[in-house]
Amino acid sequence: MSKGILGKKLGMTRIFQDGKVIPVTVIEAGPCVVTQIKTKENDGYDAIQVGFSPVKENRVNKPTKGHFAKAGVAPTRYLREFRVDHVDEYTVGQEIKIDIFEDGEMVDVIGKTKGKGFAGMIKKNHFSCGPMAHGSKYHRGPGSLGAMGPARVFKGRPLPGRMGGNRVTVQNLTVAKVDVDKNVILVKGAIPGSKKGLVTIRSAVKAR
Amino acid sequence: MDIIKAIDEEQKRTDIPEFQPGDTVTVSVKVVEGTKERIQDFTGIVIAKQGGGIQENFTVRRISYGVGVERVFPLHSPRIASVKVLRRGRVRRAKIYYLRTRTGKAARIRDRK
Repeated sequence: MSKGILGKKLGMTRIFQDGKVIPVTVIEAGPCVVTQIKTKENDGYDAIQVGFSPVKENRVNKPTKGHFAKAGVAPTRYLREFRVDHVDEYTVGQEIKIDIFEDGEMVDVIGKTKGKGFAGMIKKNHFSCGPMAHGSKYHRGPGSLGAMGPARVFKGRPLPGRMGGNRVTVQNLTVAKVDVDKNVILVKGAIPGSKKGLVTIRSAVKAR
Repeated sequence: MDIIKAIDEEQKRTDIPEFQPGDTVTVSVKVVEGTKERIQDFTGIVIAKQGGGIQENFTVRRISYGVGVERVFPLHSPRIASVKVLRRGRVRRAKIYYLRTRTGKAARIRDRK
């Protein structure tokens, strides 16, 4: 639980391993830099704050600039926190690289799914379509919202609305390959989000 | 994107000869039995090639003991020991699935010059 890194999703491809084809997601992860260390005495919990993806200094607002100056590191686009067991293993300014993960390890990947906008029942809640022809005027509607008896709509009733753009964690993905020179990690299977999207990789919480 | 291309290029095989649908090929497949590895040949007509880049597959069809057998191979698979082209056939379409409904004389394919 004490390992984590930030990365950018590059896309998917497939690789051959032991003669088998496995689908992989390519993530450009790290190098991340530790920008702040939070301790139980000071902040109420133990965590490290890391920055990822370098950004020009004039793109950063003044308070954030001050935060980076205090840590003595170059400004980064993203700042995220990881809960760690032992804070004293880290120092401010320390670089975290992808070599913290090994081939065959289990990881969780967190990302933000693609936004689908205002979606109807068929796309969002997997309802079936009505007949499109034969005089039918009921095509993609939500159908009945419930019985007449209670005279209200129950809570949790599936309805159209905003879909996607949620933070989603995919658990227990296998690390297929780690390339330390290129800062690239190949994870077996699909992960949430679009290409170039920010993803968080951490060692699996429910690893078997 | 270039990183993905690099990963794909790294795994591509250059020792596989070029062949088209309609060609008769012998595919030598590495078969793992327990700890031993041996090579098994599969000879037949290529009836389809699909996908591109590292994802490219090809389908080989043969008649084995009167039963049609089709196998799909990933073109760049390390399990393929070698591919030998025995005959070049002339066909007028990319997917010659019509061979499935034909047997004997009707399933002949003309030689390509």
